[in-house]
Amino acid sequence: MTAFIIRRLLQAVLVVFLMSGIVFFGVNVIGDPVDMLISPDADQDEIARTIEALGLDRPIGEQYLYFLKGVATGDFGKSFIFGEPALKLILQHMPATVELALLSLLMAIVFGIPLGLYAGLYPDRKVSKGIVAGSILGFSLPTFWVGLMMIMLFAVILGWLPSTGRGDTAVFLGIESSLWTRDGLSHLFLPALNLALTNISLVIRLTRAGVREAMHQDYIKFARAKGLPESRVISVHLMKNILIPIVTVLGLEFGGLLAFSVVTESIFAWPGMGKLLIDSLLQLDRPVVVAYLMIIVLFFVVINLVVDILYSILDPRVRLRDQGA
Amino acid sequence: MTVISVEGLKTHFLTRAGVVRAVDGVSFSLDRGEVMGLVGESGSGKSVTGFSIIGLVDAPGKIVDGSIFFHGDDLSKLSARQMQALRGSRIAMIFQDPMMTLNPVLRIDTQMIEAIRAHEKVSRKEAWTRARDGLAQVGIPSPEQRLRAYPHQLSGGMRQRVAIAIAFLNNPDLLIADEPTTALDVTIQAQIVHVAQKLCRERGTALIWITHDLAVVAGLADRIAVMYAGRIVEAGDTDDVIDHPRHPYTVGLLGSVPSANQRGQRLTQIPGMTPNMLALPEGCAFRDRCTHSDNQCSKAPQVSTDERGHAIRCFHPQYVKTPA
Repeated sequence: MTAFIIRRLLQAVLVVFLMSGIVFFGVNVIGDPVDMLISPDADQDEIARTIEALGLDRPIGEQYLYFLKGVATGDFGKSFIFGEPALKLILQHMPATVELALLSLLMAIVFGIPLGLYAGLYPDRKVSKGIVAGSILGFSLPTFWVGLMMIMLFAVILGWLPSTGRGDTAVFLGIESSLWTRDGLSHLFLPALNLALTNISLVIRLTRAGVREAMHQDYIKFARAKGLPESRVISVHLMKNILIPIVTVLGLEFGGLLAFSVVTESIFAWPGMGKLLIDSLLQLDRPVVVAYLMIIVLFFVVINLVVDILYSILDPRVRLRDQGA
Repeated sequence: MTVISVEGLKTHFLTRAGVVRAVDGVSFSLDRGEVMGLVGESGSGKSVTGFSIIGLVDAPGKIVDGSIFFHGDDLSKLSARQMQALRGSRIAMIFQDPMMTLNPVLRIDTQMIEAIRAHEKVSRKEAWTRARDGLAQVGIPSPEQRLRAYPHQLSGGMRQRVAIAIAFLNNPDLLIADEPTTALDVTIQAQIVHVAQKLCRERGTALIWITHDLAVVAGLADRIAVMYAGRIVEAGDTDDVIDHPRHPYTVGLLGSVPSANQRGQRLTQIPGMTPNMLALPEGCAFRDRCTHSDNQCSKAPQVSTDERGHAIRCFHPQYVKTPA
C-alpha cells in the first residue's frame, strides 16, 4: 500500500507539470494582460516598461522555463494585478472556500443519506415520491437561479439570514474560520446549502438506488433469518454495502466543490478561491490562474487517493495494489 | 412431538398482472429430528413455503389463509418482535447461493457473533468461543483464522458450511434449507448434505430440505413431499414415494433422473413447460402436461391417503415400480 501511495503521488507530480504547461500557454493565447493593466492614455515608454517589468518581453518558452525554475523553489510568480505572490493570494482565499465546501459536503451527507434511505425503504409512500421529485428539481434547477431565489426568500423577504459576504471569523485549534462564530455560520448557511443542493440530490438518488437493489439481496434475507433487529440489518448489513459508491462519488464531488464553486461564490459575494479564479481569468492574471489550477489538480489527486483508501477500508474485496510495476 | 405443523397454508402474491397463488393450500407436519424433502420445479412454491414459515415473505407476497403451528403456537398470532426472536434461534434457514448469503463486507466473526448476541446476552468473548466451536463442528479447519476472514476469501462449499454453522449457533428446533446444495458441485454437495444431516441428528433438529433434486433427498429425507404449482401433489415416506410413485408428475420426475439400471436407455422427459402461475388451468394444474389426464381432471382432485400415509392429489394414481 505504501508503494501504491508513493506511485500515485509521483503520478500527481507529472499531472501537475503537464497541467501547468497547458494552462501557461493557454492563457497566453487568450489575450494580452498588458491591455488590462495599463491605462489607455499611457505612452509607449510606459507600456514597454510594464511589459519588461512583468517579464513579458521574453519568448513564451523562456517565460515558461523561468516560471518552472520559480516553482521548483516554491515561487509561483507575482500576480500581475495585485503585485503579490500568486500562491499567497490563493492561500488567503482558500479557507473561505474550504469551509464552504466542507459544510456543503456535510449537508449532502446529513440530508442526502437519510432521505435516500427513507425513499429506498418505503418506495411506495407519498413522502418517498416527494423526495424523489425534489431530487430531480435539485438536479435540474440552475444553481445561480436557486441561489438568487434563496437570497430573495431568506434574506430579503424573511430577513432571517444575511445575503452576501463572509461573516466574523474566530480562531479555534489554530484554524481561523467563520465556522466557529454564530455570525460566520449565518453567512455560510445559504451559500453552502446552495452549493449542496446538487449533491444532496445525487446522494438521495445513489442511496435510494443502492437500498432498493441491496434489499433484495440474499445477505439481507439471511441477516433477517438470523433474527437480527431490523435496525442492525439496515445500519450495518445494508449501509456498509451501499456506502461504497456513495463515498466514491462524494469524494469526486468534494473536489468539484473546492475547485468550481465559482457560481455560488459569485452570487453570494463569497471571498473564496472560485471568486479569485474568475476575477483573475477576466483580468488575464496568468500567474494566479496557473498556480490555482496546479493546486486544484493536486487537490483532485489527493482526494482520489483518499477515496481509494476509504474504498479499500469499506470493501474488503478491494486491495490496493501497485498495478504499474 | 410435533415441532411444526402447517395447515392449509396459502401464500399469494398480489401483483399488478394478477394474483400468483405461489402456495395454495399446503399442509404437512414434522416431528422432532424428522427430515422432510420438499421437492419441486422452480416456481412450484417450495421456497415460498419456507419463507412463509420463517415469516420473511417479501411484498407483494402475503399469507392469505391457513396456519402454521410451531410447538403448538400459531405463528400468525405472534408480534413482529416475537417472530424476530424466534428467527435464527428456534427456526433457522439457509439459502441456495452461498456466494450471496454471507454479507460480503463483514467478517465471518462479526456475522456469527451478531447471530448469537441477537438472541442471548453473552459477552463477545463467549460468543466468539461459540462461533469458533460452531465452525469446527461443520468441519472447517483452523476456525480461528477463518473467523477473521471475509466471505470472498472462502470457497463456495466453505461458505455454505459457515452458513450452516450460523444456522446451528442457537440450536434451532427447525432448520429450513432452501436448495443449499444447488449452487455447489457434486462432491461438495455430498459433504454439505452430510454435515447438515449429522448436526440435525445430533441435536434433534427437524429439517425441511427444499430441492429440485430427487437424488439428494432420496438418501437424506425420512419423508418426501412433491410440490407442483403451489400444491403438494404427493407425499409419503421416502421409500414409498421413490419406489412406488403414484402421481404422474412424480413418476415423470423420477423417470428423468439418470440411474445405473437404465444404462443405454433414453431418459424420459415431462412434456411441456413449467406452468405460468398467473394462468393455471382449472382443476388439476398438471393436466396439460399429463399423459393420463381426461375430463375428470378439469375438477381439482382431492387428497387421497392410503393406509401407509402415502398421499396423492390425482384421479389416476399410477402403479409403477421405478428401477432402483
